[in-house]
Amino acid sequence: MWESLKEFASWFFVTGDPLIYGAMVSIALTMVAIVFVLTKYKKWGWLWREWLTTVDHKRIGIMYLIASLLMLFRGGVDALLMRVQLAFPNLEFLHSDHYNAIFTTHGTIMILFMAMPMMFGLFNMVVPLQLGARDVAYPFLNAVSFWLFMFGAMLFNLSFVIGGSPDAGWLSYPPLSQNDFSPGPGQNFWIWGIQISGIGSLATGINFIVTILKMRAPGMKLMKMPMFSWSVLSSCIMIIFAFPILTVTIALLYLDRFAGAHFFTMDGGGNPMMYLNLIWMWGHPEVYIVVVPAFGIFSEVVATFAKKKLFGYTSMVIAVMGISILSFFTWAHHFFTMGTSANVIAFFAITTMLIAIPTGVKIFNWLFTMYRGKISFKQPMMWTIAFIPCFVVGGATGVMLAVAPADYQYHNSYFLIAHFHQVLIGGVVFGYLAGIYYWWPKLFGFKLDEKLGAWGFWLWNIGFYVCFMPQYALGFMGMTRRYYTYGWDLGWEPLNLVSTVGAFLMGAGFVFQVWQITYSIKHGERDTTGDPWNGRTLEWSIPSPAPFYNFAVVPQVKELDDFWRVKEEKANGTYKEEPVHLEPIHMPKNSGLPFIMSFCWFIAGFGFVWEWTWMAAIGMVGVALVMWARSFQYDTDYYVPVDEVRRTEASLGRVY
Amino acid sequence: MSGGKWPRRLQLAVLAALASIMLAGCGSDYVVLNPKGPVAQTQYDLIMISIILCSIIIIPVIALTAFIVYRYRDTPNNKATYKPNWAHSTKLEVIWWSIPIVIIAILGYFTVRDTYALKENPNKEVQPMVIQVTSLDWKWLFTYPEQNIATVNYLQIPAGVPVQFQISAEAPMNSFWVPELGGQIYAMAGMTTELYLQADHPGEFQGRGANFTGEGFAHMQFNVKATSQDEFDQWVKEVKGTTPAMSKEDYEQLRKPGLSDVLTYSSFPEGLFEEIVSKYSHGHPMETGGSMHDSMHMDGDKKESAPGSEAGEKKDESAHSTHHMPNTAMTPVMSH
Repeated sequence: MWESLKEFASWFFVTGDPLIYGAMVSIALTMVAIVFVLTKYKKWGWLWREWLTTVDHKRIGIMYLIASLLMLFRGGVDALLMRVQLAFPNLEFLHSDHYNAIFTTHGTIMILFMAMPMMFGLFNMVVPLQLGARDVAYPFLNAVSFWLFMFGAMLFNLSFVIGGSPDAGWLSYPPLSQNDFSPGPGQNFWIWGIQISGIGSLATGINFIVTILKMRAPGMKLMKMPMFSWSVLSSCIMIIFAFPILTVTIALLYLDRFAGAHFFTMDGGGNPMMYLNLIWMWGHPEVYIVVVPAFGIFSEVVATFAKKKLFGYTSMVIAVMGISILSFFTWAHHFFTMGTSANVIAFFAITTMLIAIPTGVKIFNWLFTMYRGKISFKQPMMWTIAFIPCFVVGGATGVMLAVAPADYQYHNSYFLIAHFHQVLIGGVVFGYLAGIYYWWPKLFGFKLDEKLGAWGFWLWNIGFYVCFMPQYALGFMGMTRRYYTYGWDLGWEPLNLVSTVGAFLMGAGFVFQVWQITYSIKHGERDTTGDPWNGRTLEWSIPSPAPFYNFAVVPQVKELDDFWRVKEEKANGTYKEEPVHLEPIHMPKNSGLPFIMSFCWFIAGFGFVWEWTWMAAIGMVGVALVMWARSFQYDTDYYVPVDEVRRTEASLGRVY
Repeated sequence: MSGGKWPRRLQLAVLAALASIMLAGCGSDYVVLNPKGPVAQTQYDLIMISIILCSIIIIPVIALTAFIVYRYRDTPNNKATYKPNWAHSTKLEVIWWSIPIVIIAILGYFTVRDTYALKENPNKEVQPMVIQVTSLDWKWLFTYPEQNIATVNYLQIPAGVPVQFQISAEAPMNSFWVPELGGQIYAMAGMTTELYLQADHPGEFQGRGANFTGEGFAHMQFNVKATSQDEFDQWVKEVKGTTPAMSKEDYEQLRKPGLSDVLTYSSFPEGLFEEIVSKYSHGHPMETGGSMHDSMHMDGDKKESAPGSEAGEKKDESAHSTHHMPNTAMTPVMSH
């Protein structure tokens, strides 16, 4: 009995590596600490009522944000481990298997479990407020999306200590990701972690499209909608077309592994190259899905901190929406080297270059928003200004990569690595950080400390260039991505060492940001006006933190940047005070079902990962039961009485 | 924050760093920027054209950013114009829609031109020599059908002669790359891709796999030695005289996952490469006749005899450089 238990544990848990034992212990200690604190302060009920069952988009946004910061930490540690291994030639810090697992989880986590939730967090925190709405179109579905993401992410991260991490690259190309070459549960963890959270992403896409199209405040015509909401619309349109491709593709991959199908196998009639096509039909739009909302954030931030209307609003709308279409016609540039015909290569080279046109236009529009403005250098603006040169260079190297015959020399080299990190960090991360700094006071009621933020900002920025500029050069030196080691004879060692130093500078920047958040909770400057930045859009017209129903009175919109108009009219005395009339507010009720249903998905996913059909079946039955229960639930909403609205507003300093 | 001075200094520092990387590109470690053959030369020229065209955008935009951020900073003494509602200018917007369009048009022209050019033999005056490349876990097998010799993790070629590499795999997808001679192409099971490379002068170059294939991937590096035709012929003779023949069993050993030293074989089983390819091409349409490197346009699936075609996999192969190999007869071009 004891022997068989020991044997089970030895293949069930990841064993043999001191790094992993250390991680296991720290994970266990953290869990114990959390349980202890919750029990000691009797917070279990609070946790369930206020957070786990919430359908409030702002709270869901905050949970996304916390999850994404944790994932940024995990993905960042992965990155630092890789950089340590590559700092010198022939290091034996990590073995090949371990290194391969780390770059696989780094990529997967950073894109799917860091960038995506941080983006959804921003969608949730901002879009309904910007539109003058009281929640998203489908608040219950919104909670389902979040918990599916969360349990998917947990399933994926579990592979770290149970069963072993996937190690076939972040996109898991077959045949390498098939049973023949990657046996064991690691690859299944990759499939099911992404699969479960991917369903949530698709639902979020639908939710926000409907929210934007149907829930705008009266008078807000589409062409009077703030730029960030436009960018969210563009991103969500890409989501609803791209994510189904992902779902189907990795479902087929799972069938290959689980049921012995031959969709993408090397033998038996399978076609691995079909997988490459399909995965990039999702994968390329995916990078635009995450970067376009960052463009929206920059647009808001630039206009606010230059105290000037966004330049070329119509151009911007066309550019952002154009990208959502163009992004679906470039996927093959990820494998120009597959040996397809010159016609195909030429087509995809040109479509890829075309993307540079709307992107370039946006850069000019931001510059000319600042031109003849009055620029103040608050944190959101600092990240935006840092973004421009970084993204211009990253975009230009992207155009260089689109030159197909030259790409034969860049493909899979560190030139490519440097390029996509430059657009993903310089574009996406800088953008989301700008957005977080910008909207933080609206969610939490205080600003993040400027001084600690400046440390974070400069460490990140200097670290970025120190880390990634050498990697362009390493690409020219022929260094291939995913090498876990290299020799002394290639001349790669000085630049690799420099790059490692840069990575640690960025890591230090992240530490300062965590410090900044914890410090500011107590000492941050309180926002008592609701409008800490002299903002232009509706979210700044309500108190901070925003009350749970967002708007006591639904605003009537007349112009783009309507709140700015109101402030201007009040300043010059032309503002006509309309009689305010409070009414009961219709709100959705909290529900525990999204959490429970997603937990059932987790059980099913875990069963699928180990190919324990009984467990998968139990999980899927649970999912079906929850859906059945929900379909008979009629008591899902309520009205907030006028008294309560008046009381809440008064406590936030607004008298009606 | 101390105003707008720092971002500009940072940008200058970045520019300086970029410039030094470009200048350092002359060093011999920068293999991509040291073309040693016509294909790499074409790619090098394209890289330079694209760097110049991109610089036309990058440098002014960064300079403009620095200027605007500095000029319009919000400080008490700043007398710069402030026009909070100036947000549209058709003239300006036409200009910056046009700039990228023009740049992309120029770059697009060169891209398309060379995309077609690189599909062809780079040196029309000389008949290309064929070398078959097979990516295995985790080593490279090179078979020379015209010389009937084989090597592992080592490649020797005559300088001044274009080499047509026919590339496949019996392992996860890899990518065959000799940066100093030219860009890479994928090595995929069940298919052959082809790549022309030529070394202009004798020399030694590094080759490597560029697409991740698992545990031993980092060790899939090999040396490429270009010699004069005479020395090459001498080497072939030597290999034939002094090294063992490769048997079927030797190959089966070789394809097992693991690393390998440099090996040479005086011969290899006839049709080995074709067999490797056809093993995974599961009855894809045959393409026979004509030489492998001609651009063939034929409806391959007319041949009903191809085994496995009952799976209904009819594929219109306008054969470009990815060919599905026949799994019955040998291709005529391989005859020697």
